[in-house]
Amino acid sequence: MSTISNSPKAEFRLSMLIYDTRYRSMTIQVVALMAFMLMAAWIINNTAQNLADLGKPIQFGFLTESAQYDINQSLIEYDNQDSHLRASVVGLLNTLLVAVLGCALATVLGVLIGVLRLSTNWLVARIMTVYVEMFRNVPVLLWIVFVMAILIESLPQPRAFRGENPEASMLFGDSVALTNRGFYIPEPLFSRPLGDLSVLGAFNVSLEFLVIVAVLVVSFFVSGVIRKRADRIQNETGIRPTTWYLRLVVIVLPVLAVLIALGFHVGKPELKGFNFQGGIHMRTSLIALWLALSFYTAAFIAEIVRGGILAISRGQSEAAAALGLRPKRIMSLVILPQAMRVIIPPLISQYLNLTKNSSLAIAVGYMDITGTLGGITMNQTGRELECVLLLMLVYLTISLIISLVMNWYNDRVKLVER
Amino acid sequence: MKKSVILGALTVAGLLAGAAGAATLDDVKARGKLNCGINTGLVGFAAPDANGEWSGFDVAYCRALAGAVLGDPSAIEFVSLTGKTRFTALASGEIDALSRNTTWTLTRDVDLKFTFVGVNYYDGQGFMVPKALGVTSAKELDGATVCIQTGTTTELNLADFFRTNNISYEPVPIETNAEAQQQFLAGACDVYTTDASGLAATRATFENPGDYAILPEIISKEPLGPLVRHGDDGWADIARWTLNALIAAEELGVTSANIDEMAAAPTSNPEINRLLGTEGNMGEMLGLPADWAVKAIKAGGNYGEIFEKYIGETTPVGLARGLNAQWTNGGLMYAPPFR
Repeated sequence: MSTISNSPKAEFRLSMLIYDTRYRSMTIQVVALMAFMLMAAWIINNTAQNLADLGKPIQFGFLTESAQYDINQSLIEYDNQDSHLRASVVGLLNTLLVAVLGCALATVLGVLIGVLRLSTNWLVARIMTVYVEMFRNVPVLLWIVFVMAILIESLPQPRAFRGENPEASMLFGDSVALTNRGFYIPEPLFSRPLGDLSVLGAFNVSLEFLVIVAVLVVSFFVSGVIRKRADRIQNETGIRPTTWYLRLVVIVLPVLAVLIALGFHVGKPELKGFNFQGGIHMRTSLIALWLALSFYTAAFIAEIVRGGILAISRGQSEAAAALGLRPKRIMSLVILPQAMRVIIPPLISQYLNLTKNSSLAIAVGYMDITGTLGGITMNQTGRELECVLLLMLVYLTISLIISLVMNWYNDRVKLVER
Repeated sequence: MKKSVILGALTVAGLLAGAAGAATLDDVKARGKLNCGINTGLVGFAAPDANGEWSGFDVAYCRALAGAVLGDPSAIEFVSLTGKTRFTALASGEIDALSRNTTWTLTRDVDLKFTFVGVNYYDGQGFMVPKALGVTSAKELDGATVCIQTGTTTELNLADFFRTNNISYEPVPIETNAEAQQQFLAGACDVYTTDASGLAATRATFENPGDYAILPEIISKEPLGPLVRHGDDGWADIARWTLNALIAAEELGVTSANIDEMAAAPTSNPEINRLLGTEGNMGEMLGLPADWAVKAIKAGGNYGEIFEKYIGETTPVGLARGLNAQWTNGGLMYAPPFR
């Protein structure tokens, strides 16, 4: 009987956790994880303990208390008797407003400058290079303060518009006033208003606005149907019917009809008392923050756009030219669609940067969420940790939403590879 | 098992290390420097002089406290703070005491967990306007644009004042006094509001102070004083009695000119002797050397001297003593007895 001795089954010993390569990496990871968790627990525990010793345990009850302070710019109704939570929401909306305005302007400027930087015109290309280097290499806080200082020092006070021979006068037929307290522009008014729609009892949305948006959506949908029909006819017969006047009528006429039905007219700002009354007041702080953030971010976006365009090989544009396409069409039909997939991912992070940089708003006294929740509320209630945690949560949420939307868009413009 | 015991011990040790630190006096002595929070710049109260040295009414208190605790009025690390950052700095232990035109209110005392050690200036909120506006009363300010320092009680008083009088205003929140000054002078706001003393101090730095008027209405009570954190009563006592020593010294006639003479040997007035440590053991009770009050007073003089030097009527700020005179002269400055 041959004795084939089975190799003895290795007994598991504790030392194998370290000396056996099969287990070692696992051991190290488990130990590291435990150490990390212990450290996190220690930090949290220590914070909670110290706060308890100070007599300030973490509570969020202060959010429902009356805020007691006023906010100059608010997109929803707010007065100083409302809660800290509502003040925070007012700040959040102000943050979103400047972020949306900023992203829009920065994109337009950035694409324009990025394309112009590649211009064959020597002067234009150099000027754009100077722009990019100037804005990219100076901290954005300085730009914000600088723009604010220019607006405050160079524009006239409302007082200068008064009197027989005023030092300053309004523009565009007395409808726009540029002052160092902000720009006053005409506002849309309706002589037959529909009233407001209360959303969850929290804030009101004007019904006129909703009706106009609804009409526009329907118009664009109909216009889309017309376009599809034109496409179909072109595919079948090779001749594209002229539809632009039809589409224009479909979009313009219904909106015009609604505006007339509602009694639309513009309300001009007028100097009454200390300030202009009526009209829309775009505060200096908003304009300074908006322009500075846009100019600054536009410099980065310009570089991204330039990089995206340069990433498309010359062969593409040469091939398109060989097909007889004109330079404009080469750009819009061949180069830009391909450049998009290079441009979008870094563009997302620029949008995120702009949104996060908007928290510098307090430098010019713009009441964003850092100014309300992270500023006055934190100061008046002394709830530093709670406020900062909430702020972090808010910015995290905004950033993640922007990323999500932009990633979804990126997936749509991505080249479909077969 | 053993490992977890060690880690557990570490955790406990860490907790203790975090929780300890209540004895501010020991920390300050060990550090050899007092961390004192002051304004970012308000002429008369806290402003750097030509040599870059901080000086002013609020700074003088810091110097007196450093004198009392460390025996050296220059052993200070000044931390300049805005209205917004001051409380976080104090609560987190970045500074040992805050002397920055801070109003004593119930919320700050109780809810923000600070201890106000007294009042060094009785103030009230006022309004400053350009004379060209032709405004004579704050009640005529309907629709005006008002510059306010954010994170202050003035922000809340302002909201209350306009609500009570049923008039509207547009607030322009501003971080520091310097920025407020820039916006106010450029006409970006019609009105600048803060404590009346701050208005006087700000106006003193204008090119044409005569073109600006401070309106007669004082819309609030603003008792300004130094403060410390809750939870260290020994340190609060030192801070409180340093302030009291300055006020009592004025009442008792102890000045920076005669203090050396008075402290050299017991005088005929037992309270002066107790204050200056030539009699009794009050320094020991506070955990300080016997001559703590001498060092505190020598740092910048008694309360009256400090007032006259930095914000009194002979200075550009030009504030009258008013409520801040000694109680014997009809004011509110009243130090409890040194007994």
